[in-house]
Amino acid sequence: MTEAVLEKEFELVVGLEVHCQLATASKLFCACPSGSFGLPANTHVCPVCTGQPGTLPVLNAAAVELGFKAALGLGCRLNETSIFARKNYFYPDLPKGYQISQYEQPFSEHGALEIQGPPPKRIGIHRIHLEEDAGKLLHSIGAEELGYSLVDFNRAGVPLIEIVSAPDIRSPEEAAQYLVGLKAVLQYLGVSNCDMEKGEMRCDANVSVRPRGQAVFGTRAEIKNLNSFRGVRDAIAYEFARQCELVREGGRVAQETRLWDADSGLTRPMRSKEEAHDYRYFPDPDLVPLRAEPALVRRLKETLPELPAERRKRFVQEYQLSEYDAGVLTSDKLLADYFVGVVAASGSNRYAKASANWIQGELLAKLNATGTPFAKAQQCIPPAHLGEMVRLIGEGTLSSKLAKDVFAKMWETGQAPQKLVSSLGLSQVTDEGQIAAWVLEAMGENQKAVEDLRNGKERAIGAIVGSVMKKSKGKANPDLVNRLIKEKLNDGKR
Amino acid sequence: MPIDEKAVRHIARLARMELRAEELEAYRNQLDKILESMEELRALDTDRVSATSHVLGLTDVLRPDQARLFENREALLEGAPEREGPYYKVRKVIE
Amino acid sequence: MKDGWIDWAAGRIAEEVNAGRVKAEEVVRAFLSRIREVDPRLRAFVTVLEAEALEQARAVDARISAGKPGGRLAGVPVAIKDNMLVRGVETTCSSKILRGYKAPYDATVVTRLRLEGAVIIGKTNLDEFAMGSSTENSAFFKTKNPWDLERVPGGSSGGSAAAVAARMAPLALGSDTGGSIRQPAAFCGVVGVKPTYGLVSRYGLVAFASSLDQIGPFAANVADAALALSVIEGHDAADSTSAPVEGRRYALEDSLGLAGLRIGLPKEYFTQGLEREVEASTRAAVKVFESLGASVREVSLPHTRYAVSTYYILAPSEASANLARFDGMRYGYSRREASSLEQAYASSRGEGFGPEVKRRIMLGTYALSSGYYDAYYGKAQRVRTLIKRDFDEVFESVDLLLTPTAPTTAFRFGEKSADPLQMYLSDIFTIPCNIAGCAGLSMPSGLDSRGLPIGIQLLARPFEESRMLQAARAFEAARPFPALPA
Ligand SMILES: [Mg+2]
Ligand SMILES: [Zn+2]
Repeated sequence: MTEAVLEKEFELVVGLEVHCQLATASKLFCACPSGSFGLPANTHVCPVCTGQPGTLPVLNAAAVELGFKAALGLGCRLNETSIFARKNYFYPDLPKGYQISQYEQPFSEHGALEIQGPPPKRIGIHRIHLEEDAGKLLHSIGAEELGYSLVDFNRAGVPLIEIVSAPDIRSPEEAAQYLVGLKAVLQYLGVSNCDMEKGEMRCDANVSVRPRGQAVFGTRAEIKNLNSFRGVRDAIAYEFARQCELVREGGRVAQETRLWDADSGLTRPMRSKEEAHDYRYFPDPDLVPLRAEPALVRRLKETLPELPAERRKRFVQEYQLSEYDAGVLTSDKLLADYFVGVVAASGSNRYAKASANWIQGELLAKLNATGTPFAKAQQCIPPAHLGEMVRLIGEGTLSSKLAKDVFAKMWETGQAPQKLVSSLGLSQVTDEGQIAAWVLEAMGENQKAVEDLRNGKERAIGAIVGSVMKKSKGKANPDLVNRLIKEKLNDGKR
Repeated sequence: MPIDEKAVRHIARLARMELRAEELEAYRNQLDKILESMEELRALDTDRVSATSHVLGLTDVLRPDQARLFENREALLEGAPEREGPYYKVRKVIE
Repeated sequence: MKDGWIDWAAGRIAEEVNAGRVKAEEVVRAFLSRIREVDPRLRAFVTVLEAEALEQARAVDARISAGKPGGRLAGVPVAIKDNMLVRGVETTCSSKILRGYKAPYDATVVTRLRLEGAVIIGKTNLDEFAMGSSTENSAFFKTKNPWDLERVPGGSSGGSAAAVAARMAPLALGSDTGGSIRQPAAFCGVVGVKPTYGLVSRYGLVAFASSLDQIGPFAANVADAALALSVIEGHDAADSTSAPVEGRRYALEDSLGLAGLRIGLPKEYFTQGLEREVEASTRAAVKVFESLGASVREVSLPHTRYAVSTYYILAPSEASANLARFDGMRYGYSRREASSLEQAYASSRGEGFGPEVKRRIMLGTYALSSGYYDAYYGKAQRVRTLIKRDFDEVFESVDLLLTPTAPTTAFRFGEKSADPLQMYLSDIFTIPCNIAGCAGLSMPSGLDSRGLPIGIQLLARPFEESRMLQAARAFEAARPFPALPA
């Protein structure tokens, strides 16, 4: 059954639970360093985050600030008082036998994120709460499956915010757009790096289907392990098809937790979640209530940076970009910052469109082809260099055609374009005398074309231009060449 | 509402404690009695009473975000029932 | 002279050691030899730190020889209940599940004791994870009451109380969740202080019920208890529930009258199951306080009767989560040959915990489980508000409350251990203070006809330990505590 057919019959309903690692120096409740990606196991651990007897949690002020910022940036209401609660369950990656989270009184609720569409749409945000991450389990070393599991607590206690969306998402594409949008907002705010590869942003999806026209939601399955944008899209699409077929065949969707396996492209029920949980939440007596202190909230509001949506609007107005270009460029803070850097270096907003084209075209293609993350773009080609190149083209010093070679050289050598242009002798010839001489020569060699041109066959000019370009090794300014050919023709008439 | 054996089993499973048959019966009995003695609380009208989880009334206890390494890390692993290199070793977890 | 040291007050030991008239090492040797002599019969200690204690003592002596201050507890041996962590030393909570567990850090109270020159002499026995009122729930052995070896020392801090009563240490620390310092202090004829909730850091105290637990001192006299408290109290950034108060010095005066002091006798404490001799002794204490100039009158704490039920919901609920970390994965007793991960958890915990601990985990898990939360935990938190309000209101008209510490004197081994509810009721007078978070102490008021110590309890507004200790000191001066027969 194809998706299109299913879509006519069924509606997909998705809510996402996204965990983002807050960009703090230390963990949520202890002083251990928070970032430990790639470090040996159990190096960032202490009595608190390994659940030793007698230890107590003390809340990280920066995690609170970042959490509040995220809430403000996502239009959420900050609750006057929030409470930390214990979520009780046993798992080897959970050192205390409970996770410190927020339950009945999270720190913020009732926000939304606008996705671009088309058409643009508002995805509701139910709540955002603070919680600690668990440790990491290792089941295999390399390809070798182990007969036991290994536990690393480097990640245990790392501060997370959990952002719970409303069930407003209706397609895999919308889900991906929501994530991209969320990531952009959190990056702009400096709340989280949201690097999915490093596990700094993780997503679970609650997926259900219902026959079109039905008001009540279907039974939902919770899909875990969606660790890339692609995974989110593929897993939801798969789950949509799976549930639709089940319902069509008269079956029932089970309320269960399923694991997405990116390799096989399937979801399967999670063994460890078979038993119905009773988390026995209760307020953590080791922690005191957290208030949204008005002075802090005021300060955070005042210093809230420009967010992707505002920036997109500004790019359209200030740089005369299309909505589409502005959308792409602002979807990633680094990309947007890079663009601003390029335009600044080009010396004029006139070159904004050209800058956008070079970034979205040549630069992204090159990064893609070499598997370089955008975070490294600055080092490969500094925005100042690309800006300078755009200016050289705009001023006519460099032809667009040769610019591609210059770009390649810039990537290879890391040198500034002006320098490359001179050392390679690539700068355009704009000397009228020189070009006029080439034009006269070319007209002499192409009598037929001159004749045709005189008879009104405009296209015949191509042959003469081509000839001039050959003589100039491509460096003659094309505008100038065209103008001079026409002038010479007119001279001949007189 | 007297507590039955099934409920006791369920609670023991939630608490991850294996109980022998005689323990189960003893706890069923005792829990029953203890819970019965608590029935008197029900009679108390607390509809307009707020809950107290903290007698001190402190709020916003925060620490500055300063990272510091714990210097006695090896001791944390030394006590492990089983380890493999820098890891704690546990029974196979099937996800 | 040598034998005399063990009868010295802690304050005097510190004074003499600081003055260089006595070496800390000699003091510690004297107490170690007292422990060797007496403890095989009493069994107050789970661990005696001979070598470590002598080493600490020598370090104190070296400090003093070098002209540096030895500290307010220079050379004073302190016994620590075995539910507080002392780095590098086994911390068992008297439980099979923690046997062999070496603490990776010092509890804040231990750090503070060390800073003032105290010498950690050993770890004392307790009811497993501090759950009990007789120390019979220790997984290892029973501690005996120094006044009558057939009887319990009280609990859960029975080892610490017995150690101080038998002069095996001039000071000891205990923890009090529902009376676990005050009740054994009463049974063993010593002073025991349950400080205001939040006054002493809980960092490094193995949690039983986090919203009720407090660490406090045992001593043979009020001044020593005050001295020990002043060393361990005060704000600690490692404990979010630690009150923002600095450590205080308690200047207690021996001859001070108590004119103007208003003492309340809560009538609810003079009814159910109160032994006649205990009541008589408490009434006699009233006369002593009146003779010192205090005015005493009857007051009411109407929700007292709900305190035990409230406590036995709140404490086990918190405990059920606090004890989840004992799972055999990272430390402690662990069954490795289990057939599955879940089985590994279940057998490690099923075999590692003793009966009372399992009973309370069951109770707490039940009270928090889906469908019962509101009826039990939620309800108990509301009743807690009412009990606290009782205290707030009564403390508007009186400065201190005077009550018996326990309904009876020390009972016999096995007398109450068969019926958990009976055992729970032995804390009936001490529990409300923990629920309300106020300050409390127990001190000896006399002996019953069997020669067993009777304890009276003073309760004070939060953070008014000074007033409470001063009143206790005045009482002690007027009515010297009975001495333990040799
Ligand atoms: Mg979560
Ligand atoms: Zn840590």
